[in-house]
Parts: sequence; C-alpha cells; structure tokens
Amino acid sequence: MGLPLMMERSSDNNNNNVVELSRVAVSDTHGEDSPYFAGWKAYDENPYDETHNPSGVIQMGLAENQVSFDLLETYLEKKNPEGSMWGSKGAPGFRENALFQDYHGLKTFRQAMASFMEQIRGGKARFDPDRIVLTAGATAANELLTFILADPNDALLVPTPYYPGFDRDLRWRTGVKIVPIHCDSSNHFQITPEALESAYQTARDANIRVRGVLITNPSNPLGATVQKKVLEDLLDFCVRKNIHLVSDEIYSGSVFHASEFTSVAEIVENIDDVSVKERVHIVYSLSKDLGLPGFRVGTIYSYNDHVVRTARRMSSFTLVSSQTQHMLASMLSDVEFTEKYIRINRERLRTRYETIVEGLKKAGIECLKGNAGLFCWMNLGFLLEKKTKEGELQLWDVILKELKLNISPGSSCHCSEFGWFRVCFANMSENTLEIALKRIHEFMDRRRRF
Amino acid sequence: MTRTEPNRSRSSNSNSGDGGSGGGRTTGMRVIVPLQGVVQGRGGLFLGSVIPCAFFYFLQFYLKRNRKNDDSDNSGERNSSSSSSSSSSSSSPNSGLPDPTRSQSAGHLTELTGLPRSLSRILLSPRNSGGGAVSVSGRVNCVIKGGGDSSPYYVGQKRVEEDPYNDLGNPDGVIQLGLAQNNKLSLDDWVLENPKEAISEGLSISGIASYEPSDGLLELKMAVAGFMTEATKNSVSFDPSQLVLTSGASSAIEILSFCLADSGNAFLVPTPCSPGYDRDVKWRTGVDVIHVPCRSADNFNMSMVVLDRAFYQAKKRGVRIRGIIISNPSNPTGSLLSRENLYALLDFARERNIHIISNEVFAGSVHGEEDEFVSMAEIVDTEENIDRERVHIVYDLSKDFSFPGLRSAAIYSFNENVLSASRKLTTLSPVSSPTQHLLISAISNPKFVHRFVKTNRQRLQSIYTELVKGLKELGIECTRSNGGFYCWADMRGLISSYSEKGEIELWNKLLNIGKINVIPGSCCHCIEPGWFRICFSNLSESDVPVVMNRIRKVCETCKSQN
Repeated sequence: MGLPLMMERSSDNNNNNVVELSRVAVSDTHGEDSPYFAGWKAYDENPYDETHNPSGVIQMGLAENQVSFDLLETYLEKKNPEGSMWGSKGAPGFRENALFQDYHGLKTFRQAMASFMEQIRGGKARFDPDRIVLTAGATAANELLTFILADPNDALLVPTPYYPGFDRDLRWRTGVKIVPIHCDSSNHFQITPEALESAYQTARDANIRVRGVLITNPSNPLGATVQKKVLEDLLDFCVRKNIHLVSDEIYSGSVFHASEFTSVAEIVENIDDVSVKERVHIVYSLSKDLGLPGFRVGTIYSYNDHVVRTARRMSSFTLVSSQTQHMLASMLSDVEFTEKYIRINRERLRTRYETIVEGLKKAGIECLKGNAGLFCWMNLGFLLEKKTKEGELQLWDVILKELKLNISPGSSCHCSEFGWFRVCFANMSENTLEIALKRIHEFMDRRRRF
Repeated sequence: MTRTEPNRSRSSNSNSGDGGSGGGRTTGMRVIVPLQGVVQGRGGLFLGSVIPCAFFYFLQFYLKRNRKNDDSDNSGERNSSSSSSSSSSSSSPNSGLPDPTRSQSAGHLTELTGLPRSLSRILLSPRNSGGGAVSVSGRVNCVIKGGGDSSPYYVGQKRVEEDPYNDLGNPDGVIQLGLAQNNKLSLDDWVLENPKEAISEGLSISGIASYEPSDGLLELKMAVAGFMTEATKNSVSFDPSQLVLTSGASSAIEILSFCLADSGNAFLVPTPCSPGYDRDVKWRTGVDVIHVPCRSADNFNMSMVVLDRAFYQAKKRGVRIRGIIISNPSNPTGSLLSRENLYALLDFARERNIHIISNEVFAGSVHGEEDEFVSMAEIVDTEENIDRERVHIVYDLSKDFSFPGLRSAAIYSFNENVLSASRKLTTLSPVSSPTQHLLISAISNPKFVHRFVKTNRQRLQSIYTELVKGLKELGIECTRSNGGFYCWADMRGLISSYSEKGEIELWNKLLNIGKINVIPGSCCHCIEPGWFRICFSNLSESDVPVVMNRIRKVCETCKSQN
C-alpha cells in the first residue's frame, strides 16, 4: 500500500482505536430513558395476570385498544379466512401479493382507508385516495412529515402536554426541535392564541425558525377533542405565520360521541384557497381505532401535492407490508362492517371511560372532562407535598411500587402543571379495571386515615 | 416567517482622506489642508490603522447579519425554484414574509384581539395567495432531484408497468430486466402445499395484533439467522440476538447510515454500485457517498490503492469518511469478493478506524460454482472484538425468497451500541406482525428451506448460463457473475459515442426498439460508459430466446446506423 498509508496512520487513528458511532446513535433523544418507558419495564418484569399473577403490575401506561377485538375476529372468521389474508384470489394471489412493492400502495387499500376515514368523520369531509401515503405506523408518518416540512435546527410548535413518543419521532433523526405551546388546567388545557404567540416568540428569540404546529386531535394524553373554534384559530395562526399545520388524528375513531369531533379536514373542506389548504396535513393510523398496532399501518394525508409526492418516495423506507394491505383492504371497504364497528367501539370506550371516572370520583380523585381516546387525564395534584417534577415522580414511583399500577406521569408528557397522570383503560378486561380501581380506593383510604 | 431584524445602518467611514467634495475650491481647501496636516503626522498613522480596522470590523458585522438572512432566504428560493413544476406553489422568494403593510409589534396586538373577524378575512381574502407558498425542507429538493422522474431507473420502470410483457397475454410488451423480483421460483409451491400455515391457522388475531418487540419476533430472528448460516454453507453461525429486523434493505442501509455517520460525513462506495444507495444513504441523513471507481481492466475489482487515494482526497477536502459500503455478491456485477480482498478491506478499515457495511442481500442466490461466497462475518469470526465491532451486515429476505412486498430485511452487527440504536430506530420502519408470523411458518421448516435454496440456485445458474451464451453470440461479453440476479454486460461496441450520452442513447433504443428495460451503467455510477445491468431472475427458460431476439434487433439497428 505504500508510503501515503504509513503517513496517515498515526494522525487518523483515535487514541483507543475503537470505532466511533454517530451522534444520532449515542444521543438519548430517543427518550427511552424517561419514566414513560421505565414503567413499561416494571410491568414486563412482573406483569399482572388474572389467574397466575393477581398481584402483578397492571399496565395502565399503554394506550392500546382491546375492547373491540371480538368484532374483528368475528368478521375475519365469517369471511373466508384465506380470502382475508390474501385478498380475493386466495393462496395463488400470494405471488402477486408478495411481489408488490410499489410505494404508491395498493389502490384498493388506499380507497378503503379513504372511505374509513370519511366514515369516522361522519361524511363531513372527503378524502382523495391519491393523497394518501402509507407508512409503517403513525410513528413513521410523523417522522416522515417532519423530515419533509422542516430542516435540522428548525422547530415545530407542539401544545403540552403531548405524547412522549414525539420527542423521538419528531426530533431524533430529523434534528428538528420541539417548542412547547404551554397549556394549563385553567381552561381545560385548550390552546389559546396567547400561548401560540408566546411559543412562536420564544422560538424567534432563540433564533429558531418555526416550520409548523403539530397537534393531536383528539389529544393524547388529555383524552379530549380540540374545539372547532381553536382549530380555526390555529389555522389562522398558521396562515399568518406562513407555516404548516399537522393534525395527528390517530384517535379520531375513538371519540365517544361522533358529533363532538371536528377534524381539521372539515375546516379545510370549505376552503378553496390553495395556499391555505396546502399547509394542512393529517396523520392517521389503524393502531388505536382498530386495535391493530402490530400491523403497522399508518398514513399521511396531505393537501399539498409537493408533500404527497415527496412523502410517497420517502415512504420507501417504511412501506406497509402488501400482505397487510390485502388483508385489511376488504375489511375496511366493507361499509356495513365499519359502520357497525365504529359505532360499537365508541360505545364501549365511553362505557369504560365512565366506569373509570366514576370509580376515581368515588375515591376522591377528579379527572379532566374527556370525550375521546383510550385514557383519562387524572389530577393527583392534591396528593403532592411539593408541586414539582420530583414530587410528581415520587408519587408515580409510589403508585408503581405500592399499588402496582403503571400510569404515565404528566412530566413525561411535558405538562407544565405537576400532579397530572394519564391512565389507560382500554387495554385490559373489565375485571382488571375493577381490580385497578379497587387498589386505588384502598390507597386513598389508607392516605385519608393518616 | 416574520423577519423582525431592524434595518442596519452601514457604519460610514467616509471620514477618510478622500473627502472634501464641498462647494468651491476654498471650502475644499479649508477641509483638505488641516486634513493633510493630520494625515501626514502621527495622527495619520493613528487614523491609518484605526480606520481600516474599524471599517473591516463593521463590514464583517454587517456581512454576518446579512448572511443569516440570506440563508433563510436561500432555502426559500431553492424551494421556489424546485417547486416551479408543482402547480400549487408560487415561486416568490419572500416566501416567509407577512403582509408588509402591517407593523410588526402593533400588528401582533391587533391580530390577537381581532381574531374572530380576521379568520374569515384571511381565509376568504385572496391577498394571501400572493403572499407566497408555505415552504418545505431542503430535503425535498434532494428527493425530487434524486428520484427524478426523468432518471432511466424510473422511466424504464414506468414503461414496464404500463406495458408489461406476458408470454401469452402480451408477447410484445416490455420485458422487465431492470428490477430483481425473482418471481419465477417463489413461495407459491410451498403455499399451495401448505395453505393452512400460509394463513397462520390457529393464530387468532389477538395473538398477532398487539405491539411487539420493535426489532422483530425472536422466532423470526432465529429463522433468519438459520437461513443466513445456510447461505454461507455453515462456515458461519449467525446469532439471532445480533439481528435487528426492519422493513426493507433500504431501511437497513438508512438505519446504519444514521448510526455510523453524522451529517456531513461520507461513506466510500466502490462503483459500479447499487442505484439505491443514492437514496438510502443520502436522502435524509445528510451523509454523502464518495464513489471509488473500479475498472473493467481489473474486472471491476476493488483496488486498495484507489480506495486509499479516495480516502486521502476526502480528508484533504475536510470530509470525514466513516465507513465503506461493499456489496457481496456484488450489485451489479454479480462477482463474489475473494477472501484476500475481504481481509485487505478489513485491514484498510482497521487502519483508518472506520466501519464496513457489507450488503449481503444476495447471499442466498449464489449460483456459480467457481468461486465461493465468503461473508464478512466469517472474516471477522476470529478477529478481536475491536474489529468485529466495525462490521455490519445487511440481509434481505425478499431477495432470496421473492417477497419484496412483504418488507422484511435485517441488520446483523457485532456492535452492541449499533444494535441498541438500530433497535430503537427500527420502530420507525418495522416489519408488520402478520407478515412476521407468516414468514416464521414459511422458513422455519428446514427441509423446505434446503429444498428451496437448492432449487433456486440451480435455476438461477441455468438461466444465467443461457443468457450469457446468447449475449456472447451477439458479440456482447459479460463479467463473470457468480451470485445475485444480474448480468453486467459490455455493450461498448454498440454505443455511438464513448460517453454517457451514447450510453443513454443505447438505453433508449433498448427500451423503445427492443422493448426491454435494462439499467444503464450510469445509474450504477460506473465510470466507463457502455455497461448495462440485466436482471435475469424474472425470466423463465423460454423467455431467454425472446430477450435475445429483442437485443439482436437493437444490435442490427445500431450497426446500420454506425
């Protein structure tokens, strides 16, 4: 190899000769060291089981929807099981299925998704299947949009409290920052124009360029829909600042009363001005409404042609399995089934919600008035000795260790008020929910005595 | 975007000695004479040094402030120019400015109180449509440019989709020789024999629907590890716990790029290489690819000298090389890297303290008998940990099993930190769970796997032999390919001019006259024009003569024109 190599050797090598990794690889921006994930670990080590481990940790930190599985199972069994897996052609359809790798996604599946999304919104908005880009989950959809709408060191404004996963999905690989829009309980955590302006100004003062606002509607962790007026104000704000508006509507099918949900799609529906429309993007996934998180089906719906084209190409990194598309296409386009499913799912979730809120009320605990989602937003501020993050985490630890309940502390959702907790109720049986409530009652009784 | 920086005033240094343009000469003299006095004395020394320094300082200050504005303006302009083709955006360079008639601070206040009214005002008024389109990130340009619709890769693909060849239904259609799909031998046989397993019988939906480990089910990893071991003829035993599953080889390469390099760094990639790297490595990571050309005179083998030179040149330019990406079996040439070459590569990486990404997606499709496939895993098997940790292998079930649609690839690494980061990163591109279950049933049957692999190799070899023979008869030589689905064909004799232009002309003829979609060497960044990548895995034995006829037609056209 000769002389040049010899000369370079000493100057190139690091002192310890261990090959280095990138900053992305070694950073903790993935946020997986937060309590949000630590509680999951405790659950994994000692999971509750009705028969085998009744004193184990009950998982109330995972927003998964298991209340309507039976509906899906019945449907899939009734239809030809082969057909459901491989589409109408059965096993010989496998070959075409397996070969399909187009990032456009199966047209039938996109049409089915569009129709399903329309149904959820009660027909108040239309969805064009050609504007649907498929990704392997909403996680990927949010990250993909961030890659497209913002450059490294730019910022997205996100109202607090927000889903802890955003710290990873929006920031980790993209290099984009999150600037919080602070919301508090004085107005039920709704976004105010003042909070919006303040967040925007904070970014500007730090010389950070804001590229968009990202909201979750219905909100995670609040479990409440965003009011129509607030949505209009948001869109107005985004138009004025000339930035994007991303609405993550992953829980749209889990609103207890359909009339209480306004999608940003409805607002945009009546607008003709393209320069207003093309800043709006919607994220959706089947993970929450259909309870199929393992299937990894997410979508970006954008009114911006440029974004659709780019997202489609970038989705090469995160395509939805063609088998999955086939499997779900027929199910989602069966309007009779989906209408029934959506209706029953909403009822069951509402019942669960009422159960838990009543149960907590009897124990002396108030929750934020919610109307959607798989969780409730519980206020334990009155139990805190000190209304600080440490105080909240101490309480969380007590609840985890003594009550063996894994719930999510508000600080991991970046809530500016301490003492709030997110409690999931849809990923367990009714019995388990009763047991959890019993534990909470006992805990509160114990506290009252002292 | 609001720009709130106030107007800067350029500091005026017009008090240097060239003043005195006043009225009449007397006024001028009244200024000049005392100035002369000052300038010629010690004062002159003082002013002569202070003034230029002050001027320089203020100039820098001014330029710095201006540059910041230019950056934000530039990205807006870039986006505007790139989106000129899109109907929806207007290309205004001031894509961030609010209505300039509103004063900044006062404007905000009135907006707050006047919100309910201003909503309808803004949404209904046409004013804003001239105010500029909302801008997107700089990455979008990369995507649109790189994945450009005019690239032969995409144009050819589109033609195939519009007019696909079918031996019975559409015998004059475009034959797909561009993409590896391997659809002639597929899981079909297994599925027809075992329909129950294929549909995951006995597995209720609740068993497969919930959240699962992001990096893949252990059972699937065990099955994949088993297959990889088989592909090396058992000379390496792959450990399932060192696997991270992800939805496609593109995703695997991208994840590794994110883990091993920072934005602004680069990988060395010997060419000709897979056309996909431009997207997989570069699009979202900010990591660059530096091509290291290999020549036909060397049979397109890597030269350590050339690699070294490329590394040194990059270093001189201030670009930090973090690793080298090889493909073995090679895409597009199909050659297998020799043991010596792989050891030399490891030495190179060790001396430079960089990573090696070994793209072994075609490991299971080795069909030649002359050379053996040696995995990078085997090379580092007996090495120190410190060297094993720099090797990362990419594997893709789709290539060997013909399921590209099922999106299931893997990263295999000896580096625990890389594995840990990859596991988290793959949550953004995971394998769908019903797919995982299907694959587990399909490939956990060792008898089936063995039979499949053997049949696959035999079939590939026979098609390859036929194809090469046919091409030779037409005067087209191919490099010796022992693995994968590609022939790397030398069509330099057919191009009108020894240039990329000549190559694209020939590619056009092949597509439009011959109606075959092949990949021109320029897509693979080959430094010598005239080479073409022909994928043969889509062909059955009876298709080969058809392809030959098509190529013959083009050859005759070329000869008559030249």
